[in-house]
Amino acid sequence: MSSEGKRPIKVIVGKPGLDGHDVGAKVVSRALMDAGFEVIYTGLRKSPGEIAQLALDEGADVIGLSSLAGSHIPFCKKLKGLLDQYGLSEKLWIIGGCIPDQDHAELKAIGLDGVFAGGTKLDEIVNFINANVDAEKETS
Amino acid sequence: MIEQGPDGGKRVTNESGIEVRPVYTAADVEESGGFEFIGEPGQYPFTRGIHKEMYRKRAWTMRQYAGFGNPLETNKRFKYLIENGQTGLNVAFDLATQTGLDSDDVMAEGEVGRVGMAVDSLRDFEIAFDGIDLEEITVSLTINGSAAILIAMYLAMAEKRGYDLKKLRGTAQNDILKEFIGRGTWIFPVDPSVKLVGDTIEYCAEHAPKYSPVSVCGYHIRESGCNPAEEMAYAFSIAKAYADNVIARGMKVDEFANRLSYNFNIFGNLFEQVAKFRAGRSLWAKIIKEDYNAEDPKSMWLRMIAGGGGGGLTFEQAEVNIMRGAYYALISALSGAQTMALCSYDEAYTIPTEYSARVSLRTMQLLTEEMGMCETVDPLAGSYYVETMTNQMRARMEEIMAEVDAEGGIIEMVRDGRIQAKVSSQAYDMTRNIESGAFPKVGVNCYRVDKEDEHEVEFHEYSDADTKLQTDSLAKVKAERDGDEVTRCLAQISEDARADNNVMPAIMAAVKAYATVGEMTRALSDVYGFYKEPIRF
Repeated sequence: MSSEGKRPIKVIVGKPGLDGHDVGAKVVSRALMDAGFEVIYTGLRKSPGEIAQLALDEGADVIGLSSLAGSHIPFCKKLKGLLDQYGLSEKLWIIGGCIPDQDHAELKAIGLDGVFAGGTKLDEIVNFINANVDAEKETS
Repeated sequence: MIEQGPDGGKRVTNESGIEVRPVYTAADVEESGGFEFIGEPGQYPFTRGIHKEMYRKRAWTMRQYAGFGNPLETNKRFKYLIENGQTGLNVAFDLATQTGLDSDDVMAEGEVGRVGMAVDSLRDFEIAFDGIDLEEITVSLTINGSAAILIAMYLAMAEKRGYDLKKLRGTAQNDILKEFIGRGTWIFPVDPSVKLVGDTIEYCAEHAPKYSPVSVCGYHIRESGCNPAEEMAYAFSIAKAYADNVIARGMKVDEFANRLSYNFNIFGNLFEQVAKFRAGRSLWAKIIKEDYNAEDPKSMWLRMIAGGGGGGLTFEQAEVNIMRGAYYALISALSGAQTMALCSYDEAYTIPTEYSARVSLRTMQLLTEEMGMCETVDPLAGSYYVETMTNQMRARMEEIMAEVDAEGGIIEMVRDGRIQAKVSSQAYDMTRNIESGAFPKVGVNCYRVDKEDEHEVEFHEYSDADTKLQTDSLAKVKAERDGDEVTRCLAQISEDARADNNVMPAIMAAVKAYATVGEMTRALSDVYGFYKEPIRF
């Protein structure tokens, strides 16, 4: 990933809404850093607007969300509109946390590329990003 | 953790980093400090329990965490739990309430009533506790960032119903320092946040002296990744920070220390946990007696809710969490907790259904009714293993507290994110150890089943209709109240905050005028500003 001429994959790890559970977001951030990605962890309580703006400003390759308090669907619906508006709809968009099985299809329909419920191994997330993110990241 | 020792044999260490030997004898107890700190139940240093007869006189309070939707629905769940033998209430608030937002705030969209009860004004408390005898059933409010406001609401509601505040019992969580480390429902910056905790302690000591305004939580720091010895040591460091705040205002330790309480976690190794609680009781007693010169033995009591265990529960094979919960409850009972709540088996997925909450309640009732847990005090006392581990855990906690002091104290470590980074780094190591199998977890890294063989968990239903009901109710309260009076009261809150006065009297007046959680929070944030999270790995 960090071979010559390439820059590392840049990932935003965002905490949507009012949810305060940040253990998972921080653990995943560490795992992504150890895998050689550049990680920007947003901290708690971010609005859809703040996450979309950060993704735009940072030129993120991957937008990741961590949600454990149940409000993922209304949040992702709002964020989807903003990602489209900012021209970010092609970016890899993933979510993890406490995401019930019955919500996975709806999240995919909204536009999420990957849904990682509790019990997912850290390397699965790393491998998913490596396999699905646009592989040719030239140094800008 | 189990490793290969230098001699080729098994080397076992517990999560707190203490070696576990293959067998314990009187010599081990002696080597670890002997029986110096054990004493008698109900006597300093209280290792064996804060009361002489413990559960023989009265079983622990059973206080399942509950609350969702609007106050009317929550009132129904409260009554259901009480009908099923629950002896206290433990109120869950939605995230808007916990972060000081009204139900009609744009940031509250999709969150109203979702993980707890929505509360905007005193009217909501009047509905939620309607028909519940507040002398018979003590109420614990799981509220932190907005605790000063919600405590005032509880006191105002009780007063309105004719209860004498001088006799009113109850608890608020109100431990903001741990919110910065884990759980995350902070609002204001660190210093005014600690000042607000001090305000509630000072106000309650004078006006509601039987009310416990703070329950210091090692619990959530443990959930965030620290080990059991650190959990208790950090909680004591936090409690000292609050004590120092009010002592600096001129309060005497015996005026408030007897109303400080604690909230600890119970997942993990049974013997390490029991030793943690026994050790912690004597260490806290020693701190309050020797460092703070308390004279009243009640000031030295480590009163606690010991329960939960969410961090130990698993998504995988969720029904096995019922058995985990039963062992956790046993740990709590063997540890002399005053109050117990259990995470329900479905909590890795959803907030508990009526059914799963009842299973948790029955788990505790099995211990009191069938397993003999209320017959004799501190039944594990005298075990060479437990006594040795108790001595070693106490020594370990003292070392950790000294490390915190050497780093400038817990407030400084919270302020720059040092403690948050340390704890989350440990959570990462633990996740890797579980993934590699080095730390065994049934159903996760051993004894797995295929996904299709997993038991289906029933989900708590969330309805957007609740938001509408709540915002309509809020609009009605706003239309009916005296707007000028509310404006005056809110201005007084800001003025007292600016003058560094105790803001509780002004908050009480505003609550009684039906000011909302969001309005009162803004009156404070206009002066204090908001916390900015240090991001540090």
